[in-house]
Amino acid sequence: MDDAITQHHEGAHGPAKGIMRWFYTTNHKDIGTLYLFFSMIMLFVGGALALVIRLELFEPGNFIINPEFFNQMVTMHGIIMVFGVIMPAMTGIANWMIPLMIGAPDMALPRLNNWSFWLLPFAFLMLISTIFMSGPAPDFGWTFYAPLSTLYGPASTDFFIFTIHMLGVSSILSALNIVVTIFNMRAPGMTWMKLPLLVWSWVVTGFLLLAVMPILAGCVTMVLMDRHFHTAFFNAAGGGDPILFQHLFWFFGHPEVYILILPGFGIISAVIPTFARKHLFGYEFMVFAIIIIGILGYLVWMHHMFTTGAPFAAQLSTMYLTMLIAVPTGIKIFNWTATLYKGSITFETPMLFALGFLFMFTIGGLSGVMLSLVPADYQYRDTYFVVGHFHYVLVSGSLFTIIAGIYYWLPKWTGNKYSEKLGQYHFWLSVIGVNLTFFPMHFLGLAGMPRRIPDYALQFTEFNQISTIGSFIFGVAQLIFLYIVLKACFSKNTQPTEAKTWEGAEGLEWTLPSPPPYHTFETAPIIK
Amino acid sequence: MPNRIGRLILLSCLSLLTSPVYADYQLNMPYGVSPISHEIYDLHMAAFYICCVIAVVVFSVLIYSLIRFRKSKGAQAAQFKGNLLVEVIWTIIPFLILVGLAYPATVVLAHIHDTEKSALTIKITGYQWKWKYEYLDNGIRYFSYLSTTLDQIENRAPKNKWFLLEVDKPLVVPVNTKVKLLITSDDVIHSWWVPELGVKQDAIPGFINENWVYITQPGEYRGQCGELCGINHGFMPIVVKAVSETDFAAWLQTEEKRMLIQNQQAALKVLPETELLSMGKDEYLKNCAMCHLPNGEGMKTSFPALKYSRVVNAPVDETIAYVLHGVPGTPMQAFGKILDDQTMAAIITYIRQSWGNDRINKTRSYPTTVQPKEVKEVRQLVGIQ
Repeated sequence: MDDAITQHHEGAHGPAKGIMRWFYTTNHKDIGTLYLFFSMIMLFVGGALALVIRLELFEPGNFIINPEFFNQMVTMHGIIMVFGVIMPAMTGIANWMIPLMIGAPDMALPRLNNWSFWLLPFAFLMLISTIFMSGPAPDFGWTFYAPLSTLYGPASTDFFIFTIHMLGVSSILSALNIVVTIFNMRAPGMTWMKLPLLVWSWVVTGFLLLAVMPILAGCVTMVLMDRHFHTAFFNAAGGGDPILFQHLFWFFGHPEVYILILPGFGIISAVIPTFARKHLFGYEFMVFAIIIIGILGYLVWMHHMFTTGAPFAAQLSTMYLTMLIAVPTGIKIFNWTATLYKGSITFETPMLFALGFLFMFTIGGLSGVMLSLVPADYQYRDTYFVVGHFHYVLVSGSLFTIIAGIYYWLPKWTGNKYSEKLGQYHFWLSVIGVNLTFFPMHFLGLAGMPRRIPDYALQFTEFNQISTIGSFIFGVAQLIFLYIVLKACFSKNTQPTEAKTWEGAEGLEWTLPSPPPYHTFETAPIIK
Repeated sequence: MPNRIGRLILLSCLSLLTSPVYADYQLNMPYGVSPISHEIYDLHMAAFYICCVIAVVVFSVLIYSLIRFRKSKGAQAAQFKGNLLVEVIWTIIPFLILVGLAYPATVVLAHIHDTEKSALTIKITGYQWKWKYEYLDNGIRYFSYLSTTLDQIENRAPKNKWFLLEVDKPLVVPVNTKVKLLITSDDVIHSWWVPELGVKQDAIPGFINENWVYITQPGEYRGQCGELCGINHGFMPIVVKAVSETDFAAWLQTEEKRMLIQNQQAALKVLPETELLSMGKDEYLKNCAMCHLPNGEGMKTSFPALKYSRVVNAPVDETIAYVLHGVPGTPMQAFGKILDDQTMAAIITYIRQSWGNDRINKTRSYPTTVQPKEVKEVRQLVGIQ
């Protein structure tokens, strides 16, 4: 009887049939799935590029690719991983989970939601197509500093610029959608201080995106004008200023790193209490910490520019503000630790990735404090020390939180449990791979190896070889992940999965069946 | 089984670590040879130890909790939700630690910014992909190029000890002297970085950044460009040679003499074709081969071939004017500002006679040999000094 009602219901308002479902869909779950699959594909594309880079760096001397192609790989890898993997994956999780967590029937602007996603595949097709063009692909790093990208950029730079424009439109629209949804569509009784932290983190992330994405759009437009319309925004010979480019880029770029990690904080704040079977410690402080990180995040962009000849006073104020960010970040780490303390802990795969995040993000955070010290930064800047640092916070930080989130909600999304044993293999191989790849980079940087070089002096050989071996272990481990996810998505539900997959899980999403029906919370739940 | 795999991975890693084939690796930042580099090193180590202590404390509590409160050992979850006092404590303690770090960092930074009272000023200009050093007080100037051969980079010859960290002419500075560095760029952004001197300063077109060194020990100190500057970013190393004050004075004299000869005589001399060709080949490899390649075929997608090139197989004046002007906004620089007449004549002679270009030039009855005098004439015509 219940089944019959559901069937009838989905017949009336269900998805379009066949492939067109995915083009026409305005359903937050479908769009979330699209985002996540897109992100998975790009993870393997970006990862393959990373392996090409690591392979070239296995030995000193020209090994498999020439310096020209190397720079193109570095550029593509950066852009794809930031805009094609981490951001879509976070947005995908937000699309799936925010309506379920706040008791909303869908996102506030469903058609816009569809468009935000469908901009992405075309943007990246355009970017990747440049590799196959007759001229060189963009080869100036994902930071595309002027004048290397303006006067000296290859013809394909214009494709790069329009890619960034499309990605920017996509991000602004999805951020707008998420913010509007959270503000207007919370179920009755779902007050601000009852919101799950994932939702809170998206409030802050949404505003960060809305503020900085237009700056990036302006910046690339100025690059375009300099290239084709004889302006000289960034050309000193025409009265412009190459440093202006860096200010504009990093005014976007620094909040961007918080955009990449804050939603991850939200995921971890859901996973750790579940598997510690204990309430999150210091909820209010966790919320305030996210807000303060967001605000400070706007003010510290100049710490990417300490060696550009920035004035003393600017360097000092940026250094102090940057160090200050360690305080709210520390609060988060301590509160997660306190959540574990006196809990009742089990180690399912999502928990393993959350714990891996906790350990390795702390390492990345501490090297971040070292980087904030301007005089020391003179030695770290643009070396492999920086590469090690930001991969610790982005791979074992952001990416691990995404993976933890996917394992955590996969049974809810698909109605299928994954193989715990395979999940554990995936985790341990990933941890070994990440540390072998990125830890030696700290030594390389301190010893004096600059980043973005295709070839290096002999004393850097050993650590580069370890790093390359580690990267392949990490790459292979993700194939296990792919298998696990595909299996969960495409195998038939043999037995019904319980609504509440995890013993200690709390929140509205766990009151729904697994998988949830196509439309959920059509009548809003009442939160007591 | 997993144990055995783990051991295998560990062993292969260890064998790599102990591999005797390569030069010594290094784990930490160099202590360096200047007061600034020492101060930076001390700051770095202080920050590092503080980070280690924090990591040990946090990780101990984490690991203790993970072992002690396992459900499989019958741990029951306590139900507390927060504690204001501990929140305040772990806000204030990190803050105080950071203040403790910020203070020495500020002092060192103030020291770095003090460029006053220098005894010598050197202007450093970054080019794609070489450095120019100008001793502003003495009128000496020269370019410093990577001296590692292409054969070594392409793995056709055994690699030197200082593979990719060696140059033809190092920057020579006296020890125990405060040397002011004025750093700028002619094209894209570079960064002049020598770890052992504790100096990294971006070279930015249109800006002149100041920094300084005070080297306490004679020796050779090596660094690399620190900002992605195009295809050969990894191939523009820096070598600073610190010598005693008397050696430096002697070096200045020889260099001043060399500058004089270079300015006066080179332009007038008529050179035999063989000399032009051999000199041209050397200079071509140094200045041009990084883009156009030793075989003159260029890089398919970025740099045009010189073999059968329309510009190379043209009337002599056109080729000279092209090289003098360069192509603005590309790595093809205005070589008129970089090379003297003699070098330019040698290179142009070499490219007009190599890779089959001589045949084309002959059928079109263009001369294949260029003399310094001709370069000088074109130079005056187009007005590039």
